[in-house]
Amino acid sequence: MTVRPVTTEAPLVRRLLIGLALVVMVLFLLLPLAAVFVEAFRRGWETFGAALRDEAALSAVRLTLVAAAISVPLNTVFGLAAAWLVTKFRFRGRAVLVALIDLPFAVSPVIAGLVFVLLFGAQGWFGPLLRAHDIQVIFALPGIVLATVFVTFPFVARELIPLMESQGADQEEAAVTLGARGWQILRRVTLPNIKWGLLYGVLLCNARAMGEFGAVSVVSGHIRGRTNTLPLHVEVLYNEYQFSAAFSCAALLALLALATLGLKSAIERFTGRPASARH
Amino acid sequence: MSIIIESIRKTFGTYTALDGVSLQIPDGSLTALLGPSGSGKTTLLRIVAGLERADPGGRVLLHDRDVTAVPPGRRGVGFVFQHYALFRHMTVARNITFGLTVQPRSRRPPRREIRARLDELLRLVRLEGFEGRRPDQLSGGQRQRVALARALAIRPKVLLLDEPFGGLDARVRKDLRRWLRRFHDEIGLTTLFVTHDQEEALELADQVVVMRNARIEQTGSPQDIYDHPGSSFVHEFLGEVNKLGDGRYVRPHEIELRFAAEEGVHLAGRVQHLFVAGPFARLAVVPEGARREIEVWATRDKVEEMALARGDLVGLHFHAGHAFGPGDRAVPPEAAGQ
Repeated sequence: MTVRPVTTEAPLVRRLLIGLALVVMVLFLLLPLAAVFVEAFRRGWETFGAALRDEAALSAVRLTLVAAAISVPLNTVFGLAAAWLVTKFRFRGRAVLVALIDLPFAVSPVIAGLVFVLLFGAQGWFGPLLRAHDIQVIFALPGIVLATVFVTFPFVARELIPLMESQGADQEEAAVTLGARGWQILRRVTLPNIKWGLLYGVLLCNARAMGEFGAVSVVSGHIRGRTNTLPLHVEVLYNEYQFSAAFSCAALLALLALATLGLKSAIERFTGRPASARH
Repeated sequence: MSIIIESIRKTFGTYTALDGVSLQIPDGSLTALLGPSGSGKTTLLRIVAGLERADPGGRVLLHDRDVTAVPPGRRGVGFVFQHYALFRHMTVARNITFGLTVQPRSRRPPRREIRARLDELLRLVRLEGFEGRRPDQLSGGQRQRVALARALAIRPKVLLLDEPFGGLDARVRKDLRRWLRRFHDEIGLTTLFVTHDQEEALELADQVVVMRNARIEQTGSPQDIYDHPGSSFVHEFLGEVNKLGDGRYVRPHEIELRFAAEEGVHLAGRVQHLFVAGPFARLAVVPEGARREIEVWATRDKVEEMALARGDLVGLHFHAGHAFGPGDRAVPPEAAGQ
């Protein structure tokens, strides 16, 4: 009978578990991903190219990029501020703030979108006020940005909070005793210590911002060429039975996902440790 | 610069960390805040630094200037943290010169001067050549010295150290202790340090402040509080003691070994434990009918002369001792029971 370390399973059990994990991964992850690309190129490169060059598709890509370009920096600043507040200070209501940060995760994205419609729609609380100033929020870019900001808010904060918690406030306190002011402390002490966690949080935030469907769907009004982001455009195409075009756009989103993962791995390899503090 | 602490209270929610503490620290002295965990010593240090704000009503004066509301960066204090708090991603040089480089442009010294100061400090803490290293490339003792140099770079009037030798090897700790004392004698900077190690406090400090349960128990020179403890707590906290009951105490080295039948024997008992490998012999003696051991330190010569072994009967003669009566006040030993 061969002697094996106490902490590993018997070879049979190990193979079974790994096999099971592989099957699940292939079925639920690799197969769908492969299917997207297969369907996208089913009618050949030409159709793929045409789908992406289409006016509506280009407008959708542009809108997605703009929405992300506004939401991600905003949430980076918000997330940094929230994490800074929560980890370097003790104050009453701190626990409530931490819970609120997680709120967008707990709420269904559709509900989130609905809330904005109820607030800023024509019949909403601020409806008359907005109309009086000729400001359009719902069914326009501001609404889409709002919905995206709400839904992707936690990503940066949730990456930074455990990281900054584990680092403590010692270095910041040392900087204070040495005469540094708030902005100097943030720039010279805190940021360098969290740069990889911050980058990772921004990556995740961006991936979600570009891929968000539910909340943006409720808020956008699906005005083709004007208020369709790329995920919405995929749905529109699919509903019109333009499958290859739909999958072509979807392939673009899938590429974004792969790029995000690739960057994450690059970060991890570069720093020699897991990008997320929670590993 | 002298430090005056007046009626400082500090509560965190329902927990009282400091309960009306007043203290004077003379200019140029090396003072230890000594006490068990939870005694309030670190909180007091942080309040002097300005890292915590005391409850209203208390005052902190640095050289007669009321700094109670002044932020830490403007008090002219240097603080060395328990775990050094070095800036991980900066080199030793950038760590040390940090306090100089964050000054507003109008007050910042020219680059050449900063470089000169860096060299001076590296020489002071004996880390020449280490400028380019990062904290994770340094040993504990080296990190500690970088932390010290960093605190000194801004020419503070007061130096505050929080358990400065905590995480270090016994050997390194001893060396650094001696070094700190010599350093203090050279520079003459008013220094206040926190420790739970009574040996360290007694060896290093000019003045020891014993704290317990958010209050100051006793203040005095090391010699003073060792020889004349004001309460049983202070007596027990500093060095080894034997409790003889009735509030009487005697230290292991204040006990003389005699043969059981000799005259002048206060107590006789059996040798439970005998340990001779060391600078002097240590015995545990259990008196007849008692359960508690009495710890005795004697010279090895004496033990050999008496040919003592485990299980032998031996007599104890107490030379000095302390006693504490009602209210835990010190009383003459003769006055407390026999």
